[in-house]
Amino acid sequence: MNIVVCVKFVPDAQSERGFEPGDHTTDRFGVPGRLSELDEYAVEAALTLATAGADAPTGEPAGRVTVMTVGPPAAAEAIKKALQMGADAGVHVTDEAIAGSDAAATSLVLAAAIRRIGEAAPVDLVLTGMASTDAVMSVVPAMLAERLDLPQLTLASQLSIEGGTASIRRDGDLASQTVTAALPALVSVTDQINEPRYPSFKGIMGAKKKPVQTWGIADLGLRADQVGLAASATVVESITPRPPRQAGQVVKDDGDGGRQLADFLRSRKFV
Amino acid sequence: MSEVLVLVDHVDGAVRKATTELLTIAARVGEPSAVYIGTGFQDAAATLARFGAVKAYRIESPDLTAHLVAPSAEALAQLVERTQPAAVLLASTADGKEIAARLALKIDSGLITDAVDVDADLVTTQSVFAGAYSVRARVSRGTPIITVKANSVTAQERPGECVDEQFTAVISPGAMSARITGTRPRQKSGRPDLSEAAIVVAGGRGTNGDFGPVEAFADTLGAAVGASRAAVDAGWYPHANQVGQTGKSVSPQLYVAVGISGAIQHRAGMQTSKTIVAVNKDADAPIFELADFGVVGDLFTVLPQATTLIEQARG
Repeated sequence: MNIVVCVKFVPDAQSERGFEPGDHTTDRFGVPGRLSELDEYAVEAALTLATAGADAPTGEPAGRVTVMTVGPPAAAEAIKKALQMGADAGVHVTDEAIAGSDAAATSLVLAAAIRRIGEAAPVDLVLTGMASTDAVMSVVPAMLAERLDLPQLTLASQLSIEGGTASIRRDGDLASQTVTAALPALVSVTDQINEPRYPSFKGIMGAKKKPVQTWGIADLGLRADQVGLAASATVVESITPRPPRQAGQVVKDDGDGGRQLADFLRSRKFV
Repeated sequence: MSEVLVLVDHVDGAVRKATTELLTIAARVGEPSAVYIGTGFQDAAATLARFGAVKAYRIESPDLTAHLVAPSAEALAQLVERTQPAAVLLASTADGKEIAARLALKIDSGLITDAVDVDADLVTTQSVFAGAYSVRARVSRGTPIITVKANSVTAQERPGECVDEQFTAVISPGAMSARITGTRPRQKSGRPDLSEAAIVVAGGRGTNGDFGPVEAFADTLGAAVGASRAAVDAGWYPHANQVGQTGKSVSPQLYVAVGISGAIQHRAGMQTSKTIVAVNKDADAPIFELADFGVVGDLFTVLPQATTLIEQARG
């Protein structure tokens, strides 16, 4: 099985995240970055599937996992981490023209790159995380399915593949659904699906020898005006740091903390 | 005046609250038209009319409800083509956002997700980076497609006549490739739905697995119960109730965080709440930085005392 996992290099949520002053895009340089935590679940799902198809006598996995990212040069870190976890190869799409791309433009680049990977060997499964930890829109997987005309199996908290059919459990607000489609398909996974592995020492050493291809948008048959800020169909008018919340009243419970809590709720008419 | 399409979020005809809020926003912009996919329209009609829908398009084909997301986006695209609306509004649910995403590509239009407000001129407000910034933005190409978080505005009744008509969408085979083969409704807790509740009481690590006081306090306030990731990962509460980056993002009128320290991932899911109250043993817990009111103390004594007093006051 030929699996492509799409991952994103994001500003670490534990640091002070911000914006580029000029163009209102996410500051991707002034803050430490990392492989989006939520994408580790997709990498893990891919590795599990690849090994599950392993041919026991030789120990050769029957699946091949290519990890792909679209992002600045530093995004190579995200690929490296996924290779250390066990992915077989990496593709890094990087191009100055891509900077500031919105979800639609990002999905355009990802789709073109997946098609190109598919030229070598047909792709059976495209895996993604449930959302990035910076923009958190959760729309790229659906857009990718739309562009590639693949069945969309998104927000999977369980995934099984049998006889060329993929089946997921999708836990919605009000119900849990089972959704099924024939491969090839696009699957996005939630953080409920597995427990991502840590890279082993062997994995870390081995990652250095794994092939990583770097492509620009011209390699994908795309033009600069199709991506980046210029192609965006939305405009940011302003960005304001949230005014620090007015320091609230904090009381220490000396036996009447519950009473003070009740009084506060009454004063605000919640009771 | 232009139509504004509102995709109705409903369960077999029971219209969810977020939809009534969308109709209120639509009325600021133009004439609200509800788009109703599925069966049970007759049960929804009165609610839609009461909250200002002037028109309703009924799309009843099982092709839409038996498959995930893609056919709904296709139907909406065809309806946009026909009605040339000023905007399309959807609820910021998983389905709503994914339908919006596919629609945006189909009609080559800009998409804004998770708005917490939308002005009459379709400038949106979003809260980003766990609430650290407020972003004002607008769609600059095509028909604005906007998903709005529940509880962003107060739904206003605007009773009037709602004319409904059947709309027949043509669904392509490709859009029906992901089939919904089973649906299991969530167990009803008898409490309000977490994503729509006006009040949420959430418990975390500090509960030590005992959500009894949290639930009792929630019930006296008529609140939904939430849980932090730590509490869910420990198996103390179902994942469906998780508040935070990988759970639900809520913005109720009142959020009470109990025994929750307030990690960035949790704040991302609740920071837009109007009033925040925290109860925690640790005076240094970051949650107190957000709190309008906080009690440093043991939740197992503070909550029961508050619960009893509120119940007494009610008589």
